[in-house]
Amino acid sequence: MTGAARTAARGLAARRGAAFRLTVVLLLVALPLFLGPYPISALSRILAFALLAASLDLLTGYTGLASLGHAAYFGVGAYTAALIGIHLTPNAPVQLLAALAAGGIAAGLTGWVAVRTHGTFFLMLTLAVGEIVHQLADSWTSLTGGSNGLVGMPPITVLPGRPLVLAGFVYWYILAIFVLCYAVLRRITASPFGRTMRGVRDNEARMRAVGYDTARVKYVVYCIAGAVAGAAGSLWVAQTRFVSPADLSFEIAALVLLAVVIGGSGSLWGPCLGAALVLLVNDTLSSYVAGRGPLLLGLAFVAAVYLLPRGFAGLRGVRVHVRTRETGP
Amino acid sequence: MIAWLDANLVSILNGVAFGLLLFTLAVGLSLIFGMMDVLNLSHGALYLVGAYAAYRVVGEAGGSLGAFLLALGVAGVLGLAAGALLAGITQPLARRGHLHQALLTLGVALVVADLLSALFGDEVHSVAAPAGLRGSVRVLGHGYPAYRLFVIGVGLVLAALVYLLVERSRAGAVIRATVADRDMVQAIGVDTRKVLVGVFAFGTLLATCGGVLGGPILGAQPGLDDTVLILGLVIVVIGGLGSVKGAFFGALLIGQIQVLGVTLLPEYASFLLFGTMALILTLRPAGLAGTAARTAAPGSSG
Amino acid sequence: MTGAMTAELRLDDVSWHFGRVKAVDGVSLAVERGARHAVIGPNGAGKTTLFGVVAGTLRPSAGRVLVGGRDVTRLSEHARARLGVVRTFQHSSVFLSMTALDNVALAVQRVRGVGTRLWLPARRYVEVTERALGHLESVGLADRAGESAATLSHGERRQLEVAVALAARPRLLLLDEPTAGMSVEESSRFTDVIRELPVDVTVLVIEHDLDVVFRLASHVTVLHLGRVLADGTPEEVRDSEEVQRAYLGAADSSELFFSPEEERT
Repeated sequence: MTGAARTAARGLAARRGAAFRLTVVLLLVALPLFLGPYPISALSRILAFALLAASLDLLTGYTGLASLGHAAYFGVGAYTAALIGIHLTPNAPVQLLAALAAGGIAAGLTGWVAVRTHGTFFLMLTLAVGEIVHQLADSWTSLTGGSNGLVGMPPITVLPGRPLVLAGFVYWYILAIFVLCYAVLRRITASPFGRTMRGVRDNEARMRAVGYDTARVKYVVYCIAGAVAGAAGSLWVAQTRFVSPADLSFEIAALVLLAVVIGGSGSLWGPCLGAALVLLVNDTLSSYVAGRGPLLLGLAFVAAVYLLPRGFAGLRGVRVHVRTRETGP
Repeated sequence: MIAWLDANLVSILNGVAFGLLLFTLAVGLSLIFGMMDVLNLSHGALYLVGAYAAYRVVGEAGGSLGAFLLALGVAGVLGLAAGALLAGITQPLARRGHLHQALLTLGVALVVADLLSALFGDEVHSVAAPAGLRGSVRVLGHGYPAYRLFVIGVGLVLAALVYLLVERSRAGAVIRATVADRDMVQAIGVDTRKVLVGVFAFGTLLATCGGVLGGPILGAQPGLDDTVLILGLVIVVIGGLGSVKGAFFGALLIGQIQVLGVTLLPEYASFLLFGTMALILTLRPAGLAGTAARTAAPGSSG
Repeated sequence: MTGAMTAELRLDDVSWHFGRVKAVDGVSLAVERGARHAVIGPNGAGKTTLFGVVAGTLRPSAGRVLVGGRDVTRLSEHARARLGVVRTFQHSSVFLSMTALDNVALAVQRVRGVGTRLWLPARRYVEVTERALGHLESVGLADRAGESAATLSHGERRQLEVAVALAARPRLLLLDEPTAGMSVEESSRFTDVIRELPVDVTVLVIEHDLDVVFRLASHVTVLHLGRVLADGTPEEVRDSEEVQRAYLGAADSSELFFSPEEERT
């Protein structure tokens, strides 16, 4: 293939990709016109969870740092948004920005210990850190309401004085923020820093040898991922209007990591699909299989590891790979 | 100082007992981690298996010392079997990396924990100390439960045994060499597979037996698996990878922080836990007793 | 003293101990600016460990490391790389999931200070791409720029590694067995690349292939059991009595230059 032909092909693929993305967004926008309030509120939660999964993908898929403590920053964002909603203002963008900042700061305060490690040690440290934050949410009763959680958060407003009570409006707000954050994450992965992240994932020693301060790179990614997770937390409470220590438990952290793994890490969209699947299955399990959710969830983990080693995105990747080989020289 | 010690003696002893209990869990985690780079997230669930075994065999009313030993035996067999099984299912995934192995053990943990709550319900079960260890003894003028002293004793003996096994025996030499440089040990032709399975089974055995031992202190209930797993992980982090000594001192430290810290500063318990971990990792990145071998040693010298 | 003034790299009594093993034991060494300096010796002589100490991967147990007269003993690896101390690894070490071009672009964007920009798409940094292509061209990989590093042959990966190292703007280039696994043509192309480097780039190379050593090196240091056994021009070292005495019984002193592993294969 000549350079010009390659560029043209890439241009075509990019246009096709953009058209596809636009279609998906338009479909998502149109959904409230067809669906009732219950499925729409479920979709809102899925979008918030998908954003959490995308933020974890930045860390796990792009930078090679699998974290079992990512729910902590999601929870910090959720608590921040809920506290602001209860005590200060129902204005959702204010809650969002505060949650973003809180998630980033929490990641900044706790992450510097973790980013000096890698591999299994990182997994273990993030798990410990996440669980400690979880305990904090449980025991700091005066602020968090303890194990009962925070109730009584008023409906959000986007424009002053107009509470969004209808599920569809809340959904549209959440969708807008989701698309915005997703676009930002996508942009970061395509930037030189995105290349730097992938370099750290592929070969950290080599990165240091060409002059990268890899611990700092990892720290920056950790803080960005924490901030976006915080934003996802604020989206979550915008819908549920309730937050409890369960929202930042180890189980959520494991679920979101499962979403990244079965979705296919390092693709952003794969983990979002994974998040949708994980949340749907989890909701279905907990409502139909009385109480035996964890059992089936555990089996799902085992099955996912054995059957989908590279996730949905991996399945697609294999197909694309075969196709390019067929059309190759 | 002496007055303070006197006032807090019971708490301090509780911390030692709790710490040694955690040691049984942490040392297995640490060795499995050091040997195989596998984070065994089912370790807490296996502890819980032991705790429920104690509940079933010894019971809430309390049984004889024989029943207690029987519970230990049952838990030991279960632990060995679980370890062999876990080693068997995680090894084929070794090439796919630590994340898949960890998720697999997490799946196992969820399954085991849920089966336990299906079998035993969600309520809190207590386990009585075996006959002969039920009363209290006087320690420096304070009444103290005999069973906890027993746990301290058993924990110390266990720590010494594990230390001798790992640091002084022939199998231990392979274990230590593998922890320091896995590639090299494989490169010089030592068949590490048997040792790997052995260490895995030994680690899970310690976890289930720890559950029996801890039954009369912590009881058996859903959620306990996560609590002990996290504390075990923190101990491994601060103790250092694959180090028996590190796990021992780390466990004693965390035991004190959990018991004494919660008694003195209940509001700040989780800050204390994170603070300790952060402080130790800042001062000694490889943990209390860790060497920087894994990260610093060259693969081979030219 | 004048030698010390112009030394690009100076090691003062450097040791690196691991437990009771003294992998590097009191090595002193001066590498002239612009030199093509080879380090040879059998396996286990401490060559790679010495590289680790120079590059900053390993903290020496004792002694000092000076680069361009500056004490860098306490500097981290990446800080030394920023000063121009750039190493390659014994086992080819590239970024496997990326294209050859992206591999080199990583080093280029770091040197140009744009490696942490996270807003504009990477392809908009045209000068990074162009420079990266230039480095690929210099090692003969220009036509492989768009290929994934995972699909390159072993020899090509080694060349790619050299391109990455060159793109990191080295003043002291540390090459650990660069020609291992290269074909004859690749190896001779590699020596050309090194010879064509600007004179102010100092090269320290660990090499088993004596042909390459003699074609390339202006100076040779022989390491044995963590110590310097001999030091001088290639001819001096080859004729050195000490080297031969240490290997008494070896029919040919050149045997010491080959690792046992290599003879097996």
